[in-house]
Amino acid sequence: SNTEIHGCGNQENTFPCRRNAVLEGKLSELGYSSPKARKTGTTIAGIVFKDGVILRADTRATDDMVVADKNCMKIHYIAPNIYCCGAGVAADAEVTTQMSSNVELHSLSRGCPPLVTVTRQLKRMLFRYQGHIGSSLIVGGVDVTGAHLYSVYLHGSYDKLPFLTMGSGAGAAISIFEDRYRQPGSEMLKKLVRDAIAAGIFCDLGSGSNVDLCVITQAGVQYLRGYDQPAQKGKKEGQYKYKPGTTAVLTKTVTPLPLDIVDESIQLMDTQ
Amino acid sequence: MAAATAMRFGQLSSGSDMAPDWTTKEVSTGTTIMAVEYDGGVVIGADSRTTTGAYIANRVTDKLTPIHDRIFCCRSGSAADTQAIADVVTYQLGFHSIELDEAPLVQTAANLFKASCYRYREELMAGIIVAGWDKRRGGQVYTVPVGGMLVRQPVSVGGSGSTYIYGYMDSNYKPNMTKDQCLRLVSGALSLAMERDGSSGGVVRLAAISETGVDRQVILGNQLPKWSTTGYIPYCLSKGLEIYPTV
Repeated sequence: SNTEIHGCGNQENTFPCRRNAVLEGKLSELGYSSPKARKTGTTIAGIVFKDGVILRADTRATDDMVVADKNCMKIHYIAPNIYCCGAGVAADAEVTTQMSSNVELHSLSRGCPPLVTVTRQLKRMLFRYQGHIGSSLIVGGVDVTGAHLYSVYLHGSYDKLPFLTMGSGAGAAISIFEDRYRQPGSEMLKKLVRDAIAAGIFCDLGSGSNVDLCVITQAGVQYLRGYDQPAQKGKKEGQYKYKPGTTAVLTKTVTPLPLDIVDESIQLMDTQ
Repeated sequence: MAAATAMRFGQLSSGSDMAPDWTTKEVSTGTTIMAVEYDGGVVIGADSRTTTGAYIANRVTDKLTPIHDRIFCCRSGSAADTQAIADVVTYQLGFHSIELDEAPLVQTAANLFKASCYRYREELMAGIIVAGWDKRRGGQVYTVPVGGMLVRQPVSVGGSGSTYIYGYMDSNYKPNMTKDQCLRLVSGALSLAMERDGSSGGVVRLAAISETGVDRQVILGNQLPKWSTTGYIPYCLSKGLEIYPTV
């Protein structure tokens, strides 16, 4: 049941929320809607195995129902031995993980940071913002005490588990883990993570494109971008071109425009 | 304590229909928690389910959080709020204990929880039971529900599943029970609550705190106490009986 406890935690009286509500009202009067934050849709998963931690993520970023970025990076660097996957609002996930510079300063006096330190800093920051920073994270790495995996939710709570999934495709991915997870020594675990992300990509509209893989062990980190491409773009079945002359030309008028080139710049488009 | 969260964040996360509710709802420890005093210590117990909306975020949560060597707290309500409060109180109590140069009192820990929960009562959703042993008063249970009240009770239940076991607790608790009787009472009550409350489930975590230390146990799903109405369908199948259709 969804009972609201009176006066408890209702944030809608704060200034930004009221201002946003007023703006939304004014815009909808004119027939527009306010821009929605770009979410990373996403399926991210992590698993602890015998020698370390495997983190995997898809690479699709969505803007409502349009794919905004077909190949975005969701596995972020925090420290040489710690990486973090981010789900939720794309900008918030990026900003949260820019704490890598703080971690490097910390490690100047304290050495390689343990995972609990990073998790604590992340959850403190997210709790301070009371959920307005919309990023859910999976933090994984190997430190002096061994390999660990933590999840941090957007309001600032954390869980420590042997396997984790997050994002809109989490339901599909966790079902693979729950069905086939065995003790950490098994070689099957690498295939398991691959299948879990594939399940997220196929069964969730917000996830897709390639899969990034990050394996962290005591020996080092293997970060493989575009490791797997489960869903290939299909080939066009038919020919949609018409022969020149199919449409008859009745009249033709040419008006030359007197234009000078002022500035020329080239921007590369990602057409992969 | 209501299972689902009261926190909503306006336009920002109300977003698309594409995102299921576990990407936007706050993580809540739906929960059933319980603590009982006995002569020489306390027994505390909790279920292990954490939910975001209708999705179980963690099915093996540990809601029994150590605050000091012989003082624990049982957390219910918002996971983020209770973890943050517990961290703050652990720090404050650790500092206080160093200044005092002896083990802190359970009453002190409970008052520290109350101070945070009452001061920030509008922003927090946290129902906490503080329980432990100290050498001045032995085993004690203090409850700090939502709103920041503090009261000492011989036995206390909390969380969304607690409503289902008040009757069981009132009729089965007797003063001066032994530690084993308390363990059976707590595991029985928790399994009943987990049976009926959707937001409670998983395994039962127990801890017995006394002068000698903390003794923790986990009771897995198939080892939970069985009641005459649980396992109804397997019972029927094993006896070849008809299973009455549910509405």
